[in-house]
Amino acid sequence: MVEGKLIQTEKLVKIYPMGSSQITALDQVNLVFQAAEFAGLVGPSGSGKTTLLNIIGSLDAPTSGSVEVLGGKIENLSHREAAALRNRSIGFIFQTYNLLPVYTAYENVEFPLLLLKIPAPQRKKMAMDALDWVGLADRAGSRPSQLSGGESQRVAIARAIVKKPELVLADEPTANLDAKNSHHIMKTMVHLNESLQTTFIFATHDEKVMRYLKRKISLDDGRVEKDEIIKPEVGK
Amino acid sequence: MIKFLLKGLMRDRSRSLFPVLTVFIGVFLAVFFYSFMNGVLEDMVRSTAHYQTGHLRIMTQAYAKEANQNPNDLAFIGVAKLLDVLNEKYPELIWTPRIKFGGLLDIPDEEGETKTQGPVSGMALDLFSSSSVEVRLLKVKEAIMRGRMPKEAGEILIADEFAKKLQVSPGDTATLISSTMYGSMAMTNYKIAGTVQFGVSAMDRGTIFADISDIQVALDMPDTAGEILGFFPDDIYHEKQAPMVAAAFNQEFKDSDNPFSPQMGTLPEESGLTDYLGLIDSMSIIIIVIFVLAMSIVLWNAGLMGSLRRYGEIGVRMAIGEARGHIYKTLILESVSIGIFGSVLGTLAGVAVSYLMQMYGLNFGFLFKNSALMISSVYRAQVTVGSFVIGFAPGIISTVLGTAIAGIGIYKRQTSQLFKELEV
Repeated sequence: MVEGKLIQTEKLVKIYPMGSSQITALDQVNLVFQAAEFAGLVGPSGSGKTTLLNIIGSLDAPTSGSVEVLGGKIENLSHREAAALRNRSIGFIFQTYNLLPVYTAYENVEFPLLLLKIPAPQRKKMAMDALDWVGLADRAGSRPSQLSGGESQRVAIARAIVKKPELVLADEPTANLDAKNSHHIMKTMVHLNESLQTTFIFATHDEKVMRYLKRKISLDDGRVEKDEIIKPEVGK
Repeated sequence: MIKFLLKGLMRDRSRSLFPVLTVFIGVFLAVFFYSFMNGVLEDMVRSTAHYQTGHLRIMTQAYAKEANQNPNDLAFIGVAKLLDVLNEKYPELIWTPRIKFGGLLDIPDEEGETKTQGPVSGMALDLFSSSSVEVRLLKVKEAIMRGRMPKEAGEILIADEFAKKLQVSPGDTATLISSTMYGSMAMTNYKIAGTVQFGVSAMDRGTIFADISDIQVALDMPDTAGEILGFFPDDIYHEKQAPMVAAAFNQEFKDSDNPFSPQMGTLPEESGLTDYLGLIDSMSIIIIVIFVLAMSIVLWNAGLMGSLRRYGEIGVRMAIGEARGHIYKTLILESVSIGIFGSVLGTLAGVAVSYLMQMYGLNFGFLFKNSALMISSVYRAQVTVGSFVIGFAPGIISTVLGTAIAGIGIYKRQTSQLFKELEV
């Protein structure tokens, strides 16, 4: 695991053209994330949470300013280099799970390892370990259609962490889950954060998620309104 | 990775079964139509060679000018000598003389009065000799419907349909009323040995077959024949060799100042098939190109639908870190697999059905009741080496082309929109 500073944004600005006008999604954002953080970007819709997550995840480039992720400048990356960074070091968790429907839970988790060209025996062990971390080793052979929403999201988490990335970006991971499953998912991620020292950054406005955060960054109209270290209300 | 992708392909029927079926149907049709056209063309060429022109044909120049009227008064005299020369100079070909003639065929009743009568076209060829190349090429024995082969002078065969029309049977007598090569009336009685059916409407309507020696006597044509036909022993027209033989022969024997000097022509020249075959070749190419384009559009559409349906999957793969180029490559790899699989199945099915049609054929005789063309009434496909490969070009090219075009969408996709899109 990387120690110290993992992400740093300096005077980050992102402007989207909207017809003849422009929308400023992010405005002079200066943030630093350390390794093994469990942080959340919170705020209302349109506050810039997802845009910031996109840029950190090398899915988008800033209009101006600088973003350094794991020592690399996002704004300088080509498509191929950005894909390689995501492949190697970043895991994504989506609101709607986005599992590949024709593959089993095991195969979904195995997929990122295939892209990394990890040998089959090691791949199998890593995928089964990841499923074990989320408590779904016994459902390895199930297809997504045979899994509940909570189980599907746990498989998605296993897929995000199987390659033991330095960073996991989760966009509204509990939005489609009930309270019980939401807590289960969050506890799983807290456990992984603590045991694997993986950095988790959430974009959320879900109170259930906020209760687990150790750092809460409030965004409004693309600006950082508040950045506070907090004591989680619930533990693992 | 390939195993992983193939696994997904096998499980997702809309990615495998539907495209494979599309390719299968397209390739099946391509193979079948190719074999069918091959069969029809080959049959047309063979029938024309057997019944009309041979692979090479020698006539006098005067006869050649009016060959469609069977002008036996312009026939070639001194056939035996010319045959000796031909056999010596061109032993790689089989040479055989023929006389075509026309007239009336009169069927007498018990008292010798006319019972029925009809116009007849006749073909005189070597029926009697045991080594007759004509009997073998024209499959005369196999064509006999009733009666038997002529065994001795004065016996003829008659087209079965014609025999029924004239109410005549094997063993009956028929009188040929024609003219000698010198213009006198010729009347000769023959015994009908048997009836034949060649499956060529133009011949089955009203033809008799007699041994050439009989007709030479009847039409006062000793050592004379309207034409001498040359056949390659394998019964296949050799398009390079035949013109060389014809050119060599004409250089030596053709005398432009003597209308009775012989001239040799090749099958395409003599039958007028050159332009026709060229036209069919061009049509075949056009049909294949149209087919490839049509298949490409269908498969492009299928590829687009597949890509739209797999929008989420491709988005996730991009987000996870799979490079666009790699995704594109895997889509092409999938399409190649589908193309090959569908092409193999389509080719096997197409060849199987074509083979059945080659064996049994389909009778379209009712369409050629009044045709004068030497086209077989029974259409047969012909399976050739080409049948096994023709489907692979459109099958694989169309599939890959369709996927390649549809896959361009991957490159146009904004990575930054992935989060938004994947939440939908």
